[in-house]
Amino acid sequence: MEATATRAAATARELSGAGIIAAIKASGVEYILSVPDIVTSAGLLAPIAKDKDLHLVRVCKEDECIGIATGLAYSDKRALVLIQHTGFLDSINAIRGVAVEYKQPICMMIGLLQHDPDKAPKESPRYGVRIVEPILDDMGIVHHLLNVDADVAKIKPAIDKAYAESQPVAFLVGRSPKVS
Amino acid sequence: MMKRDECFRILARHIKDEAVVATYSSAVDWVGVSPRPLNYLSIGAMGLDSSHGLGLALGRPDRRVVVLQGDGSLLMNLGSLVTIAAAAPKNLVHFVAHNDTYEANGGHPIPNPKVDFANIARSAGYAATYDFSDLRMFEQQIAHVLEQDGPVFATLHVEPSKPLKYDYASLYDPAKRNAFKAAWQMRSAQR
Repeated sequence: MEATATRAAATARELSGAGIIAAIKASGVEYILSVPDIVTSAGLLAPIAKDKDLHLVRVCKEDECIGIATGLAYSDKRALVLIQHTGFLDSINAIRGVAVEYKQPICMMIGLLQHDPDKAPKESPRYGVRIVEPILDDMGIVHHLLNVDADVAKIKPAIDKAYAESQPVAFLVGRSPKVS
Repeated sequence: MMKRDECFRILARHIKDEAVVATYSSAVDWVGVSPRPLNYLSIGAMGLDSSHGLGLALGRPDRRVVVLQGDGSLLMNLGSLVTIAAAAPKNLVHFVAHNDTYEANGGHPIPNPKVDFANIARSAGYAATYDFSDLRMFEQQIAHVLEQDGPVFATLHVEPSKPLKYDYASLYDPAKRNAFKAAWQMRSAQR
């Protein structure tokens, strides 16, 4: 009984990469724009690179993604920006100018590097992670934490809303998604 | 040495239903030469012109995209040359107006005016690259530059302009963004 309960608790703390990818596809996203991030590398980026239903555009620097996603949005194509929180921090001016001030539907999935998934991002041992949510809040960007499988259900409604209302959204990936 | 607005007047004679992505001084000159709904001017952050152009080109492979970028702007996003070359959109033509200065920010020089953008684009993997410093040569070759499979890159060696009037409220008017979107999403005859 105790072993079963332990397994159940462990499963509740898992995040399925395949589940996230299925939700991304269900959201109508066709393009993934990415600089590799070790948090999402094995569970998301590697399978996405092999997925024939998704176009992966590998970029040199994260702020490129903001421009590319906007050009795609003007072309009625949905994109997801898959980056690390360090790349998010590096792209603040592009996100400010394009996503916020021009009200563009920039959807970002941001790996929280070296974060302790059992803590809230604002209580992370990493300074760079602790400041991510306050920055998003100050910029008025809606954000969702993806920490366990139950959180995956947030993805499609949030992406649909971002495109319907032409506004940015961020998903913070709190633990490495499990490889299928 | 050429003048940017002279180059743009020649370019405008060849532009049909392409999206033209332009910012700052290039946008001022381009809009002065060719005001039209398919001008994409709201880049939001310096340097992103080429990335917006890539997104448009990937999103509408049936239509062509022309990027008119400044040298200071491209220097802020040099990596985009590698990204664009790897994505290899056949419908993207990328110009950089090389006047050695941050014209919209006080006319200060770029860090190294000798930078060879066409050579960088070539080594990044663009399908074709050009270097124009003679207006007559540019006029002779522009049709071919625009029509061939991309991504194509061309440096326009131009003089710094006389002081321009930057009407950012007009350039970045949300109504212009909406007009662009409507025009860009229309299904049009292919060239």
